[in-house]
Amino acid sequence: MAYEEPVTDYDNIVENCTCAFCGCNCDDLDYLIKDGHVVAVRHACRLGASKIMEDMDQRLMVPMIRGEDGELAETDWDTALDKAAELIAGAVRPIFYGWSETSIETMKHGIRLGELVGAVLDNQATICHGPSLQAVQNVGYPVMTLGEVKNRADMCVYTGSNPMNSHPRHLARYSTFPRGWFRPRGRFDRTVVTMDPKFSDTAKMSDIWVGFEQNGDYGFYNAIRAVLKGKELQHDYISGIPKEDIYELAEAMKNTQFGALFFGLGLTHTLSKQRNIDIAIQMVQDLNKHTKWVLMPMRGHYNVNGFNIFMAYEMGFPYGVDFSRGYPRYMNGETNTIDLLTRKECDVFMVVAADPGAHYPGGAVKHLAEIPVIQLDIHWGPSTEIADVVLPGSFIGVEAGGTSYRMDGVPIYMKKAIDKPETCRDDEWIVRELLERVEKIKAEQAIASK
Amino acid sequence: MEYILKNGIVYDPANNVAGEKKDVMFKDGKIVDNVSSDAKILDVTDKIVMPAGVDPHAHVAGPKLVTGRIYRPEDSRKGVTAKKGVCRSESGFSIPSCPATGYRYSRMGYGTVTEAAVPPLEAKHTHEEIMAIPNVDVTPLPLFGNNWFVLQYVKEGQIEEIAAFISSWLKIVKGYGIKIVNPCGSEAWGWGMNVHGIDDPAPYWDVTGREMVRALSQANEMLGLPHSIHVHPNDLGHPGNFPTTVSTMDCVKDVEKNSSVRNQTIHITHAQFHSYGGTSWRDAESGAGEVADYVNKNKHVTCDVGQVTLDETTTMTADAPMEYDLSRLNGLKWANKDIELETAAGLVPFIYSGKAPVSSLQWAIGLELFLKIEDPWQVCLTTDHPNAGPFIRYPRIISWLMSNQRRQEMMDNREVHPWSHKRTSLATLDREYDFNEIAIITRAAAAKIYGYQDRGELTPGYNADIAVYDLNPNDIDPSKEPAAIEQAFGNAMYTIKDGQILVKDGEVVQIKPSQTIWTNVQGYEEQEKMIMEKVMPTFNRYYTVKFENYKVHDHYLPNPIEVKVQASK
Repeated sequence: MAYEEPVTDYDNIVENCTCAFCGCNCDDLDYLIKDGHVVAVRHACRLGASKIMEDMDQRLMVPMIRGEDGELAETDWDTALDKAAELIAGAVRPIFYGWSETSIETMKHGIRLGELVGAVLDNQATICHGPSLQAVQNVGYPVMTLGEVKNRADMCVYTGSNPMNSHPRHLARYSTFPRGWFRPRGRFDRTVVTMDPKFSDTAKMSDIWVGFEQNGDYGFYNAIRAVLKGKELQHDYISGIPKEDIYELAEAMKNTQFGALFFGLGLTHTLSKQRNIDIAIQMVQDLNKHTKWVLMPMRGHYNVNGFNIFMAYEMGFPYGVDFSRGYPRYMNGETNTIDLLTRKECDVFMVVAADPGAHYPGGAVKHLAEIPVIQLDIHWGPSTEIADVVLPGSFIGVEAGGTSYRMDGVPIYMKKAIDKPETCRDDEWIVRELLERVEKIKAEQAIASK
Repeated sequence: MEYILKNGIVYDPANNVAGEKKDVMFKDGKIVDNVSSDAKILDVTDKIVMPAGVDPHAHVAGPKLVTGRIYRPEDSRKGVTAKKGVCRSESGFSIPSCPATGYRYSRMGYGTVTEAAVPPLEAKHTHEEIMAIPNVDVTPLPLFGNNWFVLQYVKEGQIEEIAAFISSWLKIVKGYGIKIVNPCGSEAWGWGMNVHGIDDPAPYWDVTGREMVRALSQANEMLGLPHSIHVHPNDLGHPGNFPTTVSTMDCVKDVEKNSSVRNQTIHITHAQFHSYGGTSWRDAESGAGEVADYVNKNKHVTCDVGQVTLDETTTMTADAPMEYDLSRLNGLKWANKDIELETAAGLVPFIYSGKAPVSSLQWAIGLELFLKIEDPWQVCLTTDHPNAGPFIRYPRIISWLMSNQRRQEMMDNREVHPWSHKRTSLATLDREYDFNEIAIITRAAAAKIYGYQDRGELTPGYNADIAVYDLNPNDIDPSKEPAAIEQAFGNAMYTIKDGQILVKDGEVVQIKPSQTIWTNVQGYEEQEKMIMEKVMPTFNRYYTVKFENYKVHDHYLPNPIEVKVQASK
């Protein structure tokens, strides 16, 4: 990494801003502001800092509508909103997907709109930590706030997750390095274990790396559980790990004072999917017979947990909530976005602060290309290429305030630091406008039908 | 807008009105003495009129609830209804969604509910849910019983510091009073341990439950908060725990009350879970007699019951070690949520069945408490929703309390296991509550215990929070018609909140945003400033959020009711 001179040319500093990147929601960032732009960010990792500083890169600036010629053309807000409202009001099976990179305040209008038109509301959990939520529903959810780990943990385990790359400040701010109340020497008071087939950057700085073979997760955790229950292992190697190592590891885990297990998509998306999480959760539950253990999914987006929490308190279900029958339904494999798209059920798709064009399987994207797509986002992305209406929003935590929930469920109000580009609008305002315009269309239809 | 509720039979215990036929008038959201001739008349001839219900202890909003909803879709699916009229869709049975919570309280004629456990770090979450609950005002009680700052000051014996800390923190998190849950036990859970009894110290801190309860009680009285300390004692749900409960009540006996708006200095919550005798579940028996006896002899105590309703429910409490033990006992999925520097929480689904000896024993112990505590002003109706059962069962509990015949029938017909009469004295208790006593335990007493000066009575100037039930008390024998009682109390004829008719004939007809009730202590600014200087270095070092982002901003309280209290020495 090349040395960069510190930025000294700035007008003012805004302190205690919250990072709008990963589920760490670091809320200690200082923005250095010059001429209404963030020119430097203190305390953030490179991922967060670059997202915040390069907010104008490939920025969607004006509302656009795809014309007859297949090209997106600039238009004014009224026209774009009317067009989007018309599409939503006329839809039979609309999906409103995304929401993980916008505020709870925006979702509040979104759910009203969803209830009004009978849409499916879904978020990125459907393609990331959905299996974790399924597992939670199967066997339980023993979690904590991250400060518990900072203050108490003497063993941190990362499995199927590489936070050094994906959540760079997770170790620095919450789990491994910080000095906690009962761990005054920070890193030196903790044992860090990475359980992952890859010798990842996190594994490199761990005390122990357990490189079980690919798709060996379930067998490996099953073996630890067996050892915890006092059983003899029948094979010399389990998931590629010598059984002596498993005995040793289980003993070490039992003899910690406070252990925390963090798991990522490496666990949710290998062969046994939610069953991997089932067994990891059960292992943590078993460990609690001996000492204190907790676990936590490494949530990706800064408000992906927020959407699950929001939907649960509004309607009782975390994601994939279908209002098409006038009441909320939640059925994995039936009311999730990917299933609805691959079955070609969906006829209008609104994507709010997400990029299905980049993340979805081919079959789902293929259907998206065939139906009207409304995009509400701040940056250009593959989804823009398939969008028919583009509504440029604003950057939560930088240009607009709003509530988000950290991966451990700690709510944070992400404050506004600078003004948004003049031609953009707040997400909250856009969705509220859509709601009001659709309500108007529906009311007119009701009168007409009488 | 002016209204007259005409010819109702009024039960207003705070004003000593017990079943008098009279009119109730209200104007612009307040009860008034008289109205003009333009007043709209609501004919409620021979119907029961009471102040709207006040629930002194329930879990309705916050991170625990959401954990329950996320991990129990099977419960959410139980209560699903389609959107209809002014109502959005509902979901959930033991853990209803926020809109459903508001509608269901409203249908029962309730106007106020306490959210009894708010972890300060996640108070914003609680307030967000309160915003999503319509029609019923919510009083949040933040948790202080395992807070590290409080533990530290108790250890140092600095009561004034605790008072200043409480005073600041109520402002910071927008809370109403002091909640204590398993003092020192939830902190011990940070290491997977628990404390046993009131004199077992927390690891490292070396502070006992007794010291915590006493210190917080003294701080509470130093500030003169409208509510007393609200205590969930140690040893919840353990056979043989009643001595702990009695010691907890007794340990603040000498603390002098410093508030004119309430009578008690300690409120014991869900006393049913704390009134067990015996030594294990094998020989468990009722300890309700001893607990009730103490309450009868001591006016500094009030309690609510936490009546078991014999349903499948979701238990959730900040008593996290208890929840872990419970999950090992019943084998159902265990959720846990520890909160840094503050508290812990746990959840486990639970099936209370009349066929099960323990559930039946718990059911009987709850009823024993209701029937043995002589002064209804010292006891409130709760189910510790959702721990002993969902709040929608209050009408059924009312029917049990009003009918000895029904209780005997349940025991005779084996609707409950014989432990209900073999190990308790329930079968020998023939007391039956009358409508006035019901009005006390469901509204008047709770309002008094919380020191509310704007609700819980039909006094002119108070909020027009009124419930009308479709029952003629002169025409019904509640002893013989429990089903009719349950039906009427579950479907209010009118629920009026701040003068607006929210429910008519059991249907929600209007939606009103809820309000959040919190206490703002005045005249303690110097001490608060001092304590913040003392607290901040520790805060900055050991919390994982910045103080600026910890505070609950006004953004989260669009409709606050700020109760100002003058701190007095």
